Amino acid sequence: MAILVTPQTRVLVQGITGSFGARHTQLSLAYGTLVVAGVTPGKGGQIFEEKVPIFDTVSEAIQQTGATASVVFVPPAFAADAILEGVDAGLDIVICITEGIPVNDMVKVKRAMEGKKTRLIGPNCPGIVTPGTGKDSHGGCRIGISPGYIHKQGSIGVVSRSGTLTYEAVWQLTRRGIGQSTCVGIGGDPVNGTSHLDVIKMFNDDPETEGIIMIGEIGGSAEEEAAAWIKDHCRKPVAGFIAGATAPPGRRMGHAGAIVSGGKGTAAAKIEAFKDAGIGIAPTPSDMADTLLKMMNRA
Amino acid sequence: MNLHEYQAKQLLGERGVNVPTGAVCSTAAEVRLFADKVFANGAQLTVVKSQIHAGGRGKGTFKNGFQGGVKVCKSAEETESKASSMLGQVLVTKQTGPDGRMVSKLLVEAARNIKKEYYAAVLLDRATSRPVLMVSTEGGVDIEEVAESHPEKILKESIDPALGLMPYQSRKIAAALGLRGEMMTQATKLFAGLYKTWWECDAAMIEINPLAIMEELDGREVLVAVDAKMSLDDNALFRHSKIHAMRDLAEEADLEIEASKFNLNYIKLDGSIACLVNGAGLAMATMDIIQHFGGNPANFLDVGGGASREQVTAAFKIILSDPNVRGILVNIFGGIMQCDIIAKGIVDAVRETGLTLPLVVRLEGNNVELGRQILRESGLTIISGDSMADAAQKVVNAVGN
Repeated sequence: MAILVTPQTRVLVQGITGSFGARHTQLSLAYGTLVVAGVTPGKGGQIFEEKVPIFDTVSEAIQQTGATASVVFVPPAFAADAILEGVDAGLDIVICITEGIPVNDMVKVKRAMEGKKTRLIGPNCPGIVTPGTGKDSHGGCRIGISPGYIHKQGSIGVVSRSGTLTYEAVWQLTRRGIGQSTCVGIGGDPVNGTSHLDVIKMFNDDPETEGIIMIGEIGGSAEEEAAAWIKDHCRKPVAGFIAGATAPPGRRMGHAGAIVSGGKGTAAAKIEAFKDAGIGIAPTPSDMADTLLKMMNRA
Repeated sequence: MNLHEYQAKQLLGERGVNVPTGAVCSTAAEVRLFADKVFANGAQLTVVKSQIHAGGRGKGTFKNGFQGGVKVCKSAEETESKASSMLGQVLVTKQTGPDGRMVSKLLVEAARNIKKEYYAAVLLDRATSRPVLMVSTEGGVDIEEVAESHPEKILKESIDPALGLMPYQSRKIAAALGLRGEMMTQATKLFAGLYKTWWECDAAMIEINPLAIMEELDGREVLVAVDAKMSLDDNALFRHSKIHAMRDLAEEADLEIEASKFNLNYIKLDGSIACLVNGAGLAMATMDIIQHFGGNPANFLDVGGGASREQVTAAFKIILSDPNVRGILVNIFGGIMQCDIIAKGIVDAVRETGLTLPLVVRLEGNNVELGRQILRESGLTIISGDSMADAAQKVVNAVGN
């Protein structure tokens, strides 16, 4: 089953003609993902790489191609507008890769999305991968910038605020012969569309997912909220890692959301919440897969 | 990006927040000119405030022995003399570290006796993704201590970004603070200006501490933002050229400024093991694993997703400018990037910088075997790490020896 997206999901790319968007569209096509449309205002009618039709607006792209998911590679100043265009057009899911969107733009986007059916993943995230069954997980749905080949189709769900730490966890699993149901990067910004908890609930309901790796970092309280829910409701084993135990307070550690301010959002508090919820704590980032597999008696 | 107090007060004042009459001065003569005017207008006190980004100014000590970075003065002569002791001197506070900060600007203001102090701030509430107005009757003290000891004394009002801060919300908060009658009217105007500044300037946080009731010469009571602290959302600076121009490079660490020129995200720490990593999460985790195995990270350094040869070389140079560094750990998960290209970049950087310190490299991802081969055959003494744990242990051991 997987969550959020499947190999059958029809994907459109907002910002397909920019260098970053174009490069990752090529990689998604090579992975076997159904990229059915691109959107670049003013370039409607062109064809990307002789394969993907480009439209001026998202709603035209949906009408012509039946796309239900979008990935946003639009520069920061225009990203909020691009997300809301996808919401207005009635997409099921918008995945925003763009890093550096002003926080207040995202505050407005969140407000405008209240009561709408579209789910937003990100921004400032690596995207989503539901691995396929082919060689190096080919034939899956790769939306975003993750390396596709590190995945393997299977039963572990991965959710993380960090891109490279997601790859680290996925690679640890794949190297041990363990596959993933879906891997979701929710992004490192302080205001994002989908939280750890949202994704954990979906994994809990997904019959294909048997265990979960949750990777968090300093800043905010999203990990604590997820942990509180897991304690009472989650039927599946969860292992976790929190990055930033050594980060100095008051400094932003790369991600706009990774900051300990006013004594809040420390790694220690999050690890404590994980322990209290029965979540297996990986002592180092090298132990994420092993910690989960031990809990599942598969180590 | 952080602002100075005088810059924050300028932005707040332009948007209807009552701030004290003041002048920014960089010479004692400017201070005297302004102080003469203030006392001629009937003021009985001035306050001279050092303009540095760090907190704890009032209790700080200058390296020349002068006590206090904020001084209340009773005459124009005293104002000038205190200012002379502060200008061009290095102020050390609990937040500056032992190096302190050079005071090159003073904010001089007409002062009154404070009758009562409050706290007010606007910031993002991450749990709701909405702005929040936060106030307390406990002004003039460390708000984190209030949050710890008397959390019930902190009041929060969530703001709908589609509506902005509504006047009824300000009245509710004013009433809760005990601000009635004319004070309620003033508070409503002040909170509206505070939120307007936060929203229009794309601030991350604005803190007014203290917000104070002061008595004017005619006995009238006024609500004044006596101190102001403001930080901005760096992602939004592109649309605020006037505010961006307020950046004070003297307040930032030299190495961090240098790193930002190459789009490198570098934060200096106190340890001896430098790290060079792609991705913020992995960079934090690399610092953590160094500490886990008994070492101390010298920095946070994220070279980003598509680190170029120039960036890697610049990163090495920055790392090596830190005299405390005794070993380097490079941790790259080359998901999209090719490990062989990264390896060439590392080899070039090592040659160019003439590196002699122990260097442990952990490469993973595309073309990893080719990448490792390039490192092996480079003739350089590069230690290879198989996993993050293996690499971290190797660099900790190398530095320990």
